Amino acid sequence: MTDELIRAVAEAVTPAQMVTAVQNLAATKDVAAIPTLIAVFGYNNPAAAAVAATALTEMGEYAVSQLISQIDDYNYGARAYSIRTLAAIADPRALDLLISAAATDFAPSVRRAAAKGLGNLHWHKLDFPASHTAPKRALETLIFISQDSEWSIRYAAVVGLQALAQNSDLQQPIFARLNQMLTTDTEKAVRARVQLAYR
Amino acid sequence: MVEPSGEEFPSQNGPQLTPELAIANLQSPDLSLRYYAAWWLGKFRVKRVDAVDALIAALKDEADRTELGGYPLRRNAARALGKLGDASAVPSLIECLECSDFYVREAAAQSLEMLRDRTAASVLIKMLDGGVAEAVQVQGLPHLTQPYEAVIEALGAIGATEAIPLIQPFLEHPVPRVQCATARAMYQLTQNPIYGERLVEMLATGDLKLRRVVLGDLGAIGYLAAAEAIAHAKVENSFKLIALKGLLEHQLTPELNDDSIRVMNLMDALL
Repeated sequence: MTDELIRAVAEAVTPAQMVTAVQNLAATKDVAAIPTLIAVFGYNNPAAAAVAATALTEMGEYAVSQLISQIDDYNYGARAYSIRTLAAIADPRALDLLISAAATDFAPSVRRAAAKGLGNLHWHKLDFPASHTAPKRALETLIFISQDSEWSIRYAAVVGLQALAQNSDLQQPIFARLNQMLTTDTEKAVRARVQLAYR
Repeated sequence: MVEPSGEEFPSQNGPQLTPELAIANLQSPDLSLRYYAAWWLGKFRVKRVDAVDALIAALKDEADRTELGGYPLRRNAARALGKLGDASAVPSLIECLECSDFYVREAAAQSLEMLRDRTAASVLIKMLDGGVAEAVQVQGLPHLTQPYEAVIEALGAIGATEAIPLIQPFLEHPVPRVQCATARAMYQLTQNPIYGERLVEMLATGDLKLRRVVLGDLGAIGYLAAAEAIAHAKVENSFKLIALKGLLEHQLTPELNDDSIRVMNLMDALL
């Protein structure tokens, strides 16, 4: 059954056929569909990619290791969908990938998605001491990219930092950095987002 | 998925320049170095008096010509001067509006739009002479008789309300991008929401390239009622973020208001 639906995705000719095929495959909620759903990110069909991302997010931690291992290093559009999906699932096994994406990817869409995701991971799923050190590594990365020259990266860093401030032991450095941005950032939009983080 | 050009790769192609070297290169015997230096000064926003003066001088360049009689260096110099934000360039840019090269006129109009100087109004208005009837494709060339899009946007940006009756007919111009520029300027000059809604409508009906243009227009005029339409448009997130940033900046007050927060919530969801 799933095999047939996977074949239908591969054989879809028009964009609309692709969306329908992906919807049918997603409805099975079968883990065997995971590699195909990830591959859909690379087909340059935003509607189909959105369906695949929702399905993978619902599969949650079952999809995480394949999302990480099958990341597309040569297609930044596909990579952004993978990172957004990992950010939405929020499994902390994605930490290293999100850190390298946020800090070193060349594509702003990938970096923004990673920055947002870094604030939201489910840290409590990690064992001690990782549950303690992992959020600090996320913090270091977010503070680093909060100094990026591109405004939208700094904006996303603020969104990540705001979420990360749920960790009470990180609040002091986070609010120190946000305070700095409030007085020094050159973009009104970024400063406004900092103000919102304070509310 | 395509993101805005220039955003993707850090610009490390081309010779390594310093402001001093770039200014000196504007007089290099190598014309390609002059051309590159003018672009570089704008790109890196070298806001120095000597850079501005050298670029103003380059607006009169006669050495760098294309087969069709165009002036590549003048085009780049005109573009750079818009980015440097120095009002002393205005009179020379206004002179460029009468250059024989279409692309010099276009670059000058775009830069005058950025510099927001009222003194450009009368020459810009003259470029609309003949109205829509004269605004036709030049035989064998990929552009109209005048850079109408840039001229109309500039008139909107500088608040040239006296131009309203001349601009309004361009809403019916056959080129969609000219229609967009007109709706944008009309909104800026009248604040009438029918022109903002016209852009929202084009966001729903236009092709991908036009949708990107419309997002730029909506961001530039800060048309708040378009916020949700922007967030849901079938366009790459990078373009939507820039448009919503424009809306946000129009709404900002020292204390955050509900409209600003609404726009930021939409932006957060696009990360």
